[in-house]
Amino acid sequence: MMTLRSANDFAIMQQSFAKMTAAFQRRVIVCAGTGCVANNALLVLAELERAIAAAGLSVTVELSRELPPMGGIWLSRSGCQGFCQMGPLLAIEPDGLLYTQVKSADVQDIVTETLIGGRSVERLLFRDPNTKARCHGPATIPFYQRQHRMTLALCGRIDPESLDEYVANGGYESARKAFIHLQPEAICEEILAAGLRGRGGGGFPTGRKWQLTLAQKSAKKYVICNGDEGDPGAFMDRSVMEGDPHCVIEGLLIAGRAVGADEAYIYVRAEYPLAVKRLRTAVASAEAAGLLGPNVFGSGKSFIVHIMEGAGAFVCGEETALMSSIEGRRGMPMPKPPFPAQSGLWGQPTVINNVETLATVPLIIAMGAAAFRQLGNGSSAGTKTFALTGHVANTGLIEVPLGTTLREIVFAIGGGVTTDSGRPYPDGFKAVQIGGPSGGCLTSDHLDMPLDFDALQKVGAMIGSGGLVVVNAKSCMVKLARFFMQFTQNESCGKCVLCREGTKQMLALLDDIMEGRGTMETLDLLSELSLAVKKGSLCGLGKTAPNPVLSTLEHFRAEYEAHVIQKRCPAGQCHALTVPAIDPVACRGCGICIRKCPVAAIHGEKRQAHVIDPGLCIRCGACAEACKFDAIVGV
Amino acid sequence: MTTTPTEARCPSCATPTPTPSSARHFGQVCDILAKHANDPAKIIPILQEVQSAYRYLPEEVMTYIATALGISPARVYGVATFYSHFALEPKGKYVLRICDGTACHVKGSENLIKALRTHLRLPSGKDNTADMLFTIESVSCVGACGLAPVLMVNEDVHGQLNSDKAVTIVKAVQAGEASGTTPAEATAQAANGEGVHS
Repeated sequence: MMTLRSANDFAIMQQSFAKMTAAFQRRVIVCAGTGCVANNALLVLAELERAIAAAGLSVTVELSRELPPMGGIWLSRSGCQGFCQMGPLLAIEPDGLLYTQVKSADVQDIVTETLIGGRSVERLLFRDPNTKARCHGPATIPFYQRQHRMTLALCGRIDPESLDEYVANGGYESARKAFIHLQPEAICEEILAAGLRGRGGGGFPTGRKWQLTLAQKSAKKYVICNGDEGDPGAFMDRSVMEGDPHCVIEGLLIAGRAVGADEAYIYVRAEYPLAVKRLRTAVASAEAAGLLGPNVFGSGKSFIVHIMEGAGAFVCGEETALMSSIEGRRGMPMPKPPFPAQSGLWGQPTVINNVETLATVPLIIAMGAAAFRQLGNGSSAGTKTFALTGHVANTGLIEVPLGTTLREIVFAIGGGVTTDSGRPYPDGFKAVQIGGPSGGCLTSDHLDMPLDFDALQKVGAMIGSGGLVVVNAKSCMVKLARFFMQFTQNESCGKCVLCREGTKQMLALLDDIMEGRGTMETLDLLSELSLAVKKGSLCGLGKTAPNPVLSTLEHFRAEYEAHVIQKRCPAGQCHALTVPAIDPVACRGCGICIRKCPVAAIHGEKRQAHVIDPGLCIRCGACAEACKFDAIVGV
Repeated sequence: MTTTPTEARCPSCATPTPTPSSARHFGQVCDILAKHANDPAKIIPILQEVQSAYRYLPEEVMTYIATALGISPARVYGVATFYSHFALEPKGKYVLRICDGTACHVKGSENLIKALRTHLRLPSGKDNTADMLFTIESVSCVGACGLAPVLMVNEDVHGQLNSDKAVTIVKAVQAGEASGTTPAEATAQAANGEGVHS
C-alpha cells in the first residue's frame, strides 16, 4: 500500500486507479448490503464469476497494480444500493442498467445477453407498477429519480473495502485540506456556517458542538462516532458504515483536527456484524496508507481510531451512556452539565457525533458551506437519509433534501401504501411513525408539511435518527403505541424512577385499554403519567419515551375512545375486543384458510364466502396470513 | 470469590484459579485477558470474546475474570446483566432471532414467533429446545427493515418471510443437523450468507 501524504500522492493513486480500470469493458456491481445478502446476493456473485469465466470473458474481482490492465469484466460488490425491497440488486456500468430480484438462475442470461450481446434482460428490469413500463436503471426508476443522494453518493456505487476507489472518487481530500490548509477555528466556522445539525436525533448544530470542544484547554481530547443505531425501524447508519466506511473515518479525521483530538472511537451496535467488519477493514487500510497513525498527511499530528462493538443496550445511543460503555461500565446516562465537550470520555473533552453527521462533514469541506446551505429548508440545511419501511411499496434507504414533504416520500418515492401482504392499498394511508420510540405519528394532515427539524418539533414528533414507518388503515394505533412503550420499558436502564416504573405503568394502562378494562379516566391518567415521565427522566430515552403515546392520543383520540367506550378496536387488531370473522364481500371462497387452520375452525363451500367459528378459533393468525384477499379480520 | 495463595494458578498468566482442576479449563480465558492487557476498561470486549468461546458466560468464568482484572465480581456481573447480548445461561447451537422492530412488527413478526414456537414445541417462557439445538429470541431491530419481517439464524439474515417460510428455514437446519452437517460447516455457511433458503 502506498503512503498518502502530499497532493501528488493522491494524484498518483487516482491515476493508477484510472489506469487499472480503464481497460474494462463493463463493471458489474452486485449489492452486498445486508438486505441483498439475505436474499442470496453472494450466491449470485459467485455464480457470475463462474459464468463470466465459462463464457470465455476475462473477469477481474481483485484489482491489482502489478498486473497489466486486463480488459473484460470487472466484478465487484458494493454496500447498500438502497432499493432493498427489490434485491438482490445488480448494476451494470457504463450501461446504467439496474437489474432487480436477480437469482442465480438469471446469471447465464445476464452474461449472454448483456455482457456479451450488449442487450438488456427485460424481465430483470424494474417495472413501474403505475405505468407498467420497464425502467432501465436509476435514471428512470421513480424511487431513485426523486432522491438527492449526496451523503449516500458513493454508497452502493463503490467497493466499500477499497481505499483506492474511495480516493479515486476524491476521498480523503477534505481531510487532507483540513490538516494542511485549514486552522481548527476555520473548520468549526465552516461547519457552523453550513448549518449542519446533528443527524442522530437532537439536531444540535455540529459546528457549535465542535467550537465548545475546541475552546477547552486540555492535552487530551476524544472524538466519538455514535454508530449505536438502536431505533427499531432505522438502518441509515448501518448502510453508511457498510457501504462507505471510509467517509466515516474521513469525517472523524476532520472532527479530530477541528477540536484538537488525536484519538477516536467508533461505537457500533453489536447487531451490525458486517458494519464492524467493513469498518475494521477500512481502518486497517487507512493505517497502512498513513492516513491514520503518527503522522497524518505529513502534518506531524497523530490520529488513531478504535472500533468498539456494543453489547446490546438501546440506552447506549445516549452520549453519556455510550461513554460509560466505552469505559467498561454499565451504560447508564449521567446528568448534564458537565457536557461531553467539557468532561467526556475518561473525563476529557469529547465530541460525539452521529455516523451520518460525520459522513456529511467531508462533503461540506469539499463543496463549501454556501453550496451545502443551498439544499434543505431554512434552519435545516442539507439532505437527510431516511429508512422507509412498513406498509409501503418501495422499502429501502433514501436521501432527500430536508424540507421534502411526506407526500413526496411516501407516494412518489415510496410508491404508495400497501397491505400486509404487499399489495397496493390506494386509500390505505393512515400514519407515518417517524423517529422510532422517541418520535411521534404524522397523519394525512401532515402529508404536505415540509419535513425538517423545527416543523416536526412543532407537531410533537422528531426526525430522530430517521426511521419512517408507514402504517396502513388496518393497523391499530393503540397497539402501535403499546409496541413502542414495550420497547422503551424493556430498554429503560432503571436509573430514574419515573422512567423505570412510569413506563411500566403506562404499559399496563395501554394493556387495560386494549383488553377492554379501560375507561375515559384511563386516558387521562395515561396523558398525566406521560408528562410525569417526560419531566422526571434524566436522559433522552425517558424524556421522549411517552411521545408515541402522546402523539397517538392527540391524533387518533377517537380510536382510543372506541377502545374504552364502545370496547371496540376499529382496526380489528386488539384480540380481546374483536371476534374473528371473514368478510363475506372480500372472501372469494378459495379454501386456503380452511387448509391452513390447525383446529378446523373455518368451513365453507368452494367459491362461497367462508365462515369462521369464534368458539374454536385459537387466533393463531395462520388464516389471515395465508389469505390473498385480506378477508379475515380480528385474528 | 476469595482467593488464597494456596490455590492453583493459571499456567499462562499466573492468576489464581478457583479450583486446581480448572486451571487448564481457563487457558482460553487467559489468552483473551492477555490480548486485552488485563485492562478493566476492556471488560465488554473481554466478555464478548469469552462468550463467543463458551456460548455463554459461566459464573466461575466471570469470577475468574474479576480476579484477573482486579475488580469486584459484582462489577463484572453488573456489566454482564446490563447488556442484552450477554447470556448467563447456555444458548442453543442455533440462535433464532426474530426481529420485532417497528417494520417487522407492523408486518406480522408476531406470527413468525408463534409459528416457530409451535414448530419447536416451545411454550412461552421456555426459550431453549430440549436438545439445545435452538434458542428462540425476539430482538428489537436487526436493521434489515427493508426486508421485514426478518429472522436471523445465528448471523444469517432471512427476510420477507411469513410463518411457512420461517418454519421451512428451521426445518432445513434440522435436516442439516440430522444428516450430519458439522458446526464448522454450518457457521461457514452462515458467514458466507449461504445458509438454508426457503
